[in-house]
Amino acid sequence: MLRLVGQIAIGLLTLAITLLGLLLITFVIGRVVPIDPVLSIVGERATEAQMQAIRVKLGLDLPMWEQFYIYVRDALHGDLGTSIRTGESISAEIARYFPATLELATLGTIFGTLVGIPAGVLAATRPGSIADQIVRVVGLLGYSMPVFWLGLIGLLVFYGQLDWVAGPGRLDPTYDMMMEFTLTPYTGMILIDSALNGAWDVFGNAVSHIILPAGLLGYVSMAYISRMTRSFMMNELGQEYITTARVKGMPEWRVIWVHAMKNVLVPLITVIALSYAYLLEGSVLTETIFAWPGLGSYITDALFAADMPAVLGGTVVVGVVFVTLNMVSDILYRIVDPRARA
Amino acid sequence: MTALHAWLSDPNPSSRRQAKLGQIWLAWLRIRRNRLAMVGLVIVGLLLVVAAFAPWIAPHDPYVQDLSRRLLPPGTPGNLLGTDDFGRDILSRIIYGARITLYTIGLVAVTAPVLGLLVGTVAGYFGGWIDAVLMRVTDIFLAFPRLILALALVAVLGPGIENAVLAIALTAWPPYARLARAETLTVRSSDYIAAIRLQGASSARIIAGHVVPMCLPSVIIRVTLDMAGVILIAAGLGFLGLGVQPPLPEWGLMISSGRKFLFEQWWVATMPGLAILIVSLGFNLLGDGLRDVLDPKSAPK
Amino acid sequence: MTLLDVQNLRVTFATEAGPVEAVRGVSFSLGRERLGIVGESGSGKTMTGRAVLRLIRPPGRIEADRMVFDGQNLIEASEREMRALRGKRIGMVMQDPKYSLNPVMTVGDQLTEGLRRRDGLGRRDAEAKAISALEAVQIRDPARVMEAYPHELSGGMGQRVMIAMMLIPEPDLLIADEPTSALDVTVQAEVLAILDRLVRDRGMGLIFISHDLRLVARFCDRVLVMYKGRVVEELQASNLLAAQHPYTRGLLNCLPRIGGPREPLPGLDRTGAWAE
Repeated sequence: MLRLVGQIAIGLLTLAITLLGLLLITFVIGRVVPIDPVLSIVGERATEAQMQAIRVKLGLDLPMWEQFYIYVRDALHGDLGTSIRTGESISAEIARYFPATLELATLGTIFGTLVGIPAGVLAATRPGSIADQIVRVVGLLGYSMPVFWLGLIGLLVFYGQLDWVAGPGRLDPTYDMMMEFTLTPYTGMILIDSALNGAWDVFGNAVSHIILPAGLLGYVSMAYISRMTRSFMMNELGQEYITTARVKGMPEWRVIWVHAMKNVLVPLITVIALSYAYLLEGSVLTETIFAWPGLGSYITDALFAADMPAVLGGTVVVGVVFVTLNMVSDILYRIVDPRARA
Repeated sequence: MTALHAWLSDPNPSSRRQAKLGQIWLAWLRIRRNRLAMVGLVIVGLLLVVAAFAPWIAPHDPYVQDLSRRLLPPGTPGNLLGTDDFGRDILSRIIYGARITLYTIGLVAVTAPVLGLLVGTVAGYFGGWIDAVLMRVTDIFLAFPRLILALALVAVLGPGIENAVLAIALTAWPPYARLARAETLTVRSSDYIAAIRLQGASSARIIAGHVVPMCLPSVIIRVTLDMAGVILIAAGLGFLGLGVQPPLPEWGLMISSGRKFLFEQWWVATMPGLAILIVSLGFNLLGDGLRDVLDPKSAPK
Repeated sequence: MTLLDVQNLRVTFATEAGPVEAVRGVSFSLGRERLGIVGESGSGKTMTGRAVLRLIRPPGRIEADRMVFDGQNLIEASEREMRALRGKRIGMVMQDPKYSLNPVMTVGDQLTEGLRRRDGLGRRDAEAKAISALEAVQIRDPARVMEAYPHELSGGMGQRVMIAMMLIPEPDLLIADEPTSALDVTVQAEVLAILDRLVRDRGMGLIFISHDLRLVARFCDRVLVMYKGRVVEELQASNLLAAQHPYTRGLLNCLPRIGGPREPLPGLDRTGAWAE
């Protein structure tokens, strides 16, 4: 018990140091930026007195370490500063944009896991077969694919040519209005909110919008998950306890999906968490293609408007999500693997 | 030729160099049997050839605009892959783009691993608090999503190919540091390092002359495996307009400029994307094969 | 009464460098007795044991002129028929419980799995049976062991669990593949005694695979000596020390003796025609 408390304490300390380091990096990037935040607020014609007033207001007259202290303190209180572009609180803006990204990346990870694990198992149980080769090549293609290009091709084929799915955006404009004015937003994720409101026409429209980008992200994550599943599964199937299960007369599906899979899941959890984090990142480019109003779009839009505080705020949020995912996978690992619990 | 083969496969090499070359020869024999890896090698070789001889291979000047011949479809005589919105030949631009791609990954390949090696070997060699601090820093950089950190860095440094390379290198070094540290830990306590230390060699000399060479093979394999990722990130930055600037024929940038005509003139965006896909697939296939050959543990049974 | 009859068993592995024969024409038959198979590493003794259960996976292949267990042809049997035999009628205890027990399943789940899945017993009945099986291998606190994960058990405990697991369905034949070589010397004797008593009490056939000549001589009725995939000699265990074959004699000469001369032990002479 004491050891567990110690482990948790060390874990939290590491987490705190990592987060501090994250903030330090964004802070440094923010200070060396050639765009003068004062100038961009007051404009070229401001007098020296006006500029000084803004400088004091932004805390830029303080020594560096004090500025960093204030930056960290504010960040811990959920205050990431003010957007130059809109003059709004960056945290509030990100809170509005983030659910769209979360919805997309989550659905992508679900696709990737549901297809990737069986594909990897299939390949591992028949090494060298046609199925194995196909899984391998499809996976390597996914590794090698520029996501933004794949998005364009997807739009071209499934929206432009076949017209099977809806185009860019999260909803058609009419449904967007409905969503905005008649439905209660619970989570900011349209699929969930429309279902909770019982607005199935909105739900259907949202599905036809999200299916393509989520499918593409799912493909990328599938490539990674199937490859790792294959390698983990091959490793487990060579273990002696597998022979034991066969000696006991267990059917092959049970040997693979129960005995081996329980062991494969242990390292696979980390892989799935990593691929989830990777999709959150990959959404930066995908969201640009699909005009998806998520965190990725927020960061790139801010970038082109030279709105550095917003860019860095977004970066911090993604970094925190990364670190959190790592921690969650670490905890899950301990739950699944009895050897790590001791 | 047969004499050379016999010399290379001699089970009792008479010199260190013969032994080493013999090992490389064996690895080559094994990788030659791996068909996918050979496909990768051919693709990477083609990239090198195309980049080196671009002016002779390309049918047109990649920069000359001809508005009377804009947006011609693929298969048009004289423009095999069609033309873009300025009437420039897409095939020629892709061929010249190979130079930019190669330049980018070449620069990353000589910067990020060097930085990683430095951090990793120093951390592993000295241990103690130096190790703790350096590895903490490495972990912090690892905690950052690579593309987004690169975006933020380019935003600060300003767009351009050198800045893009710098941003990618600054985000790519941590895995090398980890790798180099692990390798260093295994050689640090070996007898020959102790012997060199007793001869009075300085730490810097030991690290540079004896530790780094031991780490190089695994780092080189890792570099090959990472190249595909570097190509994709560089293309992503180009696509967002943060990497190479027009009118240079960078592949990501070309996709971005073709986006406007996606539904009418699909080829403008499609062709350069295919080029990215093929080249990064080539590096992945080659890296995969190299790992199978050089790391027996991961080889498929 | 013959329980198992094997004629000309061959196990071949297809490798990149051509086929490799691990077992090359082994023949033996077995009643309700204890048969020892000895030989050095790579002599094919483990493969012989696994071939009986048809547990050799591709690229390995099993061939035999005849392999009959209690009237049932093992070569022709379908995979489904084999599954019905495995566990239920033929069990196998492997070398190291560290690897042969599933690390992420509790001992209880692994013990009751066969009873519940194969025999369709309810949870309560299966657990009661498992607990009495654990008692039979002299585990004192069976209820606690049921809840434990394999890494929480010592080697000796793990191997007893493994034996209990294989003996629950009361098989007719047990194959024990180096069941004690991964254990501490002090525990070896205990585990062997348990195995010995259970096999005797239930009157089952036993194939005891080991590299330890003296152990086999003490523990078995009959011994096969294997070398390079072939049986080089078959003899009564009581006559082992009087073996004629040069290989067996060589093995015996390699054994250190307390009070024997203190010179280097002789190596094996592999120059005879039998060594081909």
